[in-house]
Amino acid sequence: MTWLDQIITMLEWPLMQRALLAALLVGAAAPVVGTFLVQRRLALMGDGIGHVALTGVALGWLVGNWANLAQDDTLAVPGAVVAAVVGSVVIELVRERGRTSGDLALAIMFYGGIAGGVLLIKVAGGTNANLMAYLFGSISTVSGGDLWWTAGLALIVLAAGVGLRTALFSVSYDEEFARGSGLPVRFLNMLIATVAALTVTIAMRVVGLLLVSALMIVPVAIAQVFARSFGRTMALASTIGVAVSVVGLSVTYWQDYPPGATIVVLAIAVYAVAATLRPLVHRPARHEDPHPEVQDDVVLASTARD
Amino acid sequence: MSAAQAEPAHADGRPVIQVEDLGVALGGQQILSGIDVAVGPGEVVALLGANGSGKSTLVRALLGIVPIDSGTVRLFGQPLGAGVPWKRVGYVPQRLPAATGVPANAIEVVASGLLTGRRLRPPRDARARALAALEQVGMADKARRPVHELSGGQQQRVLIARALVRSPDLLVLDEPTSGIDIPTQQTFVDTVQRLHADGATVLVILHELGPFAPLIQRALVLRHGRLVHDGAPPHARDEHAEPGHEHTHPHADPETPGAGPTITIEVTP
Repeated sequence: MTWLDQIITMLEWPLMQRALLAALLVGAAAPVVGTFLVQRRLALMGDGIGHVALTGVALGWLVGNWANLAQDDTLAVPGAVVAAVVGSVVIELVRERGRTSGDLALAIMFYGGIAGGVLLIKVAGGTNANLMAYLFGSISTVSGGDLWWTAGLALIVLAAGVGLRTALFSVSYDEEFARGSGLPVRFLNMLIATVAALTVTIAMRVVGLLLVSALMIVPVAIAQVFARSFGRTMALASTIGVAVSVVGLSVTYWQDYPPGATIVVLAIAVYAVAATLRPLVHRPARHEDPHPEVQDDVVLASTARD
Repeated sequence: MSAAQAEPAHADGRPVIQVEDLGVALGGQQILSGIDVAVGPGEVVALLGANGSGKSTLVRALLGIVPIDSGTVRLFGQPLGAGVPWKRVGYVPQRLPAATGVPANAIEVVASGLLTGRRLRPPRDARARALAALEQVGMADKARRPVHELSGGQQQRVLIARALVRSPDLLVLDEPTSGIDIPTQQTFVDTVQRLHADGATVLVILHELGPFAPLIQRALVLRHGRLVHDGAPPHARDEHAEPGHEHTHPHADPETPGAGPTITIEVTP
């Protein structure tokens, strides 16, 4: 069988079709949000939301258990969405108040999120093994219903991130100026936080909560090696996100590797290559004096008046 | 501050900036109190005062960047908020924010100035307008360069362009001449001159009048968060320039010497 036949066989498999489509959507959406987060110096925000979302998963599990739902995990994803949105809004409020104590507050939220999740899943009658699928991803278990959720949320994330990119850029780049322009800064900040939370929950199935942030941030890190503008960085990061997600997932069709980890390792490998090649990409500027042609501000001793 | 003193000399319309009994507290400290000012259309007003006297805070309060504790601020007759015609207000902060991992080129930074108030999407001709604004400050050839690669003076020009791209009727400048090379200072002065000729109102924070001196019609002086002078610009610069001059003036002290090392700079217009 040639490699082409193999790929066709892979694409004919419904489970793989769903998984690839989810990877494609998440791969495109996550770096769009990641671009804003990197610009806001909140590269680790995705991790924070991911940790909090774990408590949401366990809470959903607990509620599902109490409500005697057929499947314990029916409410896991909605629980994660709620917890992630609440968590991201709290992180944003902490950031808004000032940075000094924010760092500590975020750290406490991170730990609280993981500990709460592990504790609650036990209370809900589950085991830590149940959490593993959320921590490290379980794209092979993506069902038709999951795919609709993922597709819907990914489209919301893309629409907000791309459609309002100038406004989100303005508020991420220079918040004071945006405020002084009368822009609804708080709304835009909350929008970024909420969109980041939604991204975490859709990427949860693909790469897992612990690696969600990688899919948001690493493609941006790769893109900024090459790009020289915000728009280019975002477009390139999104393309790279799709490429590593689809390629990484496809690898696991032939090799029994965990998909989430494969995608992230692949992305980091691409970054390593890109960073190594950086000197070649940024060819030295034409032979010119980098200093602008400007008159001296000071009168030198040799030319000064007495 | 009585209302009579706050009345601009030649107000021929309703004030562009109207501040009544403004108080601002930040971090539990009262930064500004009892500020009453009205700036009429077409005025060029300098805001002077020592470091820490509250100049930047006043400007930031006027633009709604820092919350107001007491009193009211009206821009173009509208209280701060969604009702202000933000499109008519251009603000030039002291410097660009620190660089982050994501590059942004000059066009993108300038185009972000086109979003004001409830306008969250740029107009169709945003790129062309951003380029035109960069052209006005002599930066058209560097429009596609990432701003963090530009020199300090060039970054300042990008910031002016970001305010100019709206064609503002009120321009607010925060210390445009501090730490800036002479050609860029001149760009600021030219910009203010041109806008003034078109009838715009200008409020500019300055340490000393410097190259702006011929343009300034009126000066406000802040000391310890209170307005201590509102009227003719103090002519501090000549006296300051004399060797061994004493910091006593018949009028309000416009500036106390800073603590840092002193560098004498000759500004040749």
